[in-house]
Amino acid sequence: MAENQKSEVLVHANELTCIREERILFDELSFDINAGDIVQIEGPNGAGKTSLLRIIAGLSRPYAGEVHYLNQNITRCRDEFNHDLLYLGHLAGVKSELTAEENLNFNLSISGYHDFDTSSILSKVNLSGFEDALAGHLSAGQHRRTALARLWHTNCRVWILDEPFTAIDKKGVEELEKLFIRHAESGGCVILTTHQDMGVVTEKQLRKIRLDYRFV
Amino acid sequence: MNRGISYTRAFTTLFMRDIKIAIRHRGDIFNPLLFFIMVVTLFPLGVGPEPQVLSRVAPGIIWVAALLASMLSLERLFKADYNDGTLEQMLLSPQPLPLLVLAKVLAHWVLTGVPLILVAPLLAVLLNLESNSYGALMATLALGTPVLSLLGAIGVALTVGLRKGGVLLSLLILPLYIPVLIFATSAIDASGMNLPYTPHLAIIGAILAGSLILAPIAIGASLRVSTN
Repeated sequence: MAENQKSEVLVHANELTCIREERILFDELSFDINAGDIVQIEGPNGAGKTSLLRIIAGLSRPYAGEVHYLNQNITRCRDEFNHDLLYLGHLAGVKSELTAEENLNFNLSISGYHDFDTSSILSKVNLSGFEDALAGHLSAGQHRRTALARLWHTNCRVWILDEPFTAIDKKGVEELEKLFIRHAESGGCVILTTHQDMGVVTEKQLRKIRLDYRFV
Repeated sequence: MNRGISYTRAFTTLFMRDIKIAIRHRGDIFNPLLFFIMVVTLFPLGVGPEPQVLSRVAPGIIWVAALLASMLSLERLFKADYNDGTLEQMLLSPQPLPLLVLAKVLAHWVLTGVPLILVAPLLAVLLNLESNSYGALMATLALGTPVLSLLGAIGVALTVGLRKGGVLLSLLILPLYIPVLIFATSAIDASGMNLPYTPHLAIIGAILAGSLILAPIAIGASLRVSTN
């Protein structure tokens, strides 16, 4: 990003090793993620993309190594890190018994936001008119959009998104990409996995971290 | 953008959400209650209808049934949240995890424990409980069922990641329930003989105070382990 003269290291991975089912997914993996980065973690199924994201988010512990947020180990500054982290996993975190509006309301309240206008946020993900529909009755894409809606109302700097484009239509993907670029330009970072090619985010703006399936 | 950490807001948000979900899923409330009522009404058919026999075993039957009913309902405490990813969001929320967990357990107790307390005196009539034991029965249930929910939640949090955690769950938490069972039934027995039962109540109260403070921390830590 040309605008971000100072590239501040937001997240630093220090020699991460992850072992699942007695298989080494990656070892001694180190990288820096700076403010303004859009990072795509790529690799075939089973290469450990989700495991890596969960380790960065602090949901799983790595076998060895550590993750730093603003030069502090995330196990030490969990509150500050969680305050600045928006994580969307494989599972959307959307309750099918609640309506789209109630889901968004809950997800935002639990992150500490208050006095927000749910219907205007939902309209940004094209869910106007579905505020009162139970999330269980929505289509897969709309279900996903309910979860993604919180991206439009956040001041978290670190976004970790596991397959955010699943079930989202082409126009929706474009809008999300534009949102990622805006977020990166305002000093945040996006770490995501996807198997889709991104159209709006150019090669130059995108950093890639590749994980390979290893036979060990 | 308004953002700030408010413990009461986080607590009430989660509490109200769980109550709302349970109201839309009414089976979850009625199942343990129905179990409780069925066990207690079947007992006289099994042991015979003699009033003396029934009033001897009444405290034990009611308490064992309440204990099993609470265990039956516990399994779903974190399962749904685990399966749809809301639990991850709770773990990553900037709010303190023990507080969120306490809100969930309290909601669970309000939905399953309180109905048990309310129907217990009715079932006590069926079992011919000594007339001066009703106070003790209500008091022990009111103090004891929150302990069951709190201690049980530790076991649930530890087994939530397992596909078939049911058996393990019972093995983990039944031993923890035994002190409550012993003191509760002996309090009711004592009151039936017109003896003071406040010492028993005090001990159950102490267990409640201890688990109210320590269990949320243990549940939070167990959830972090289970989602690892």
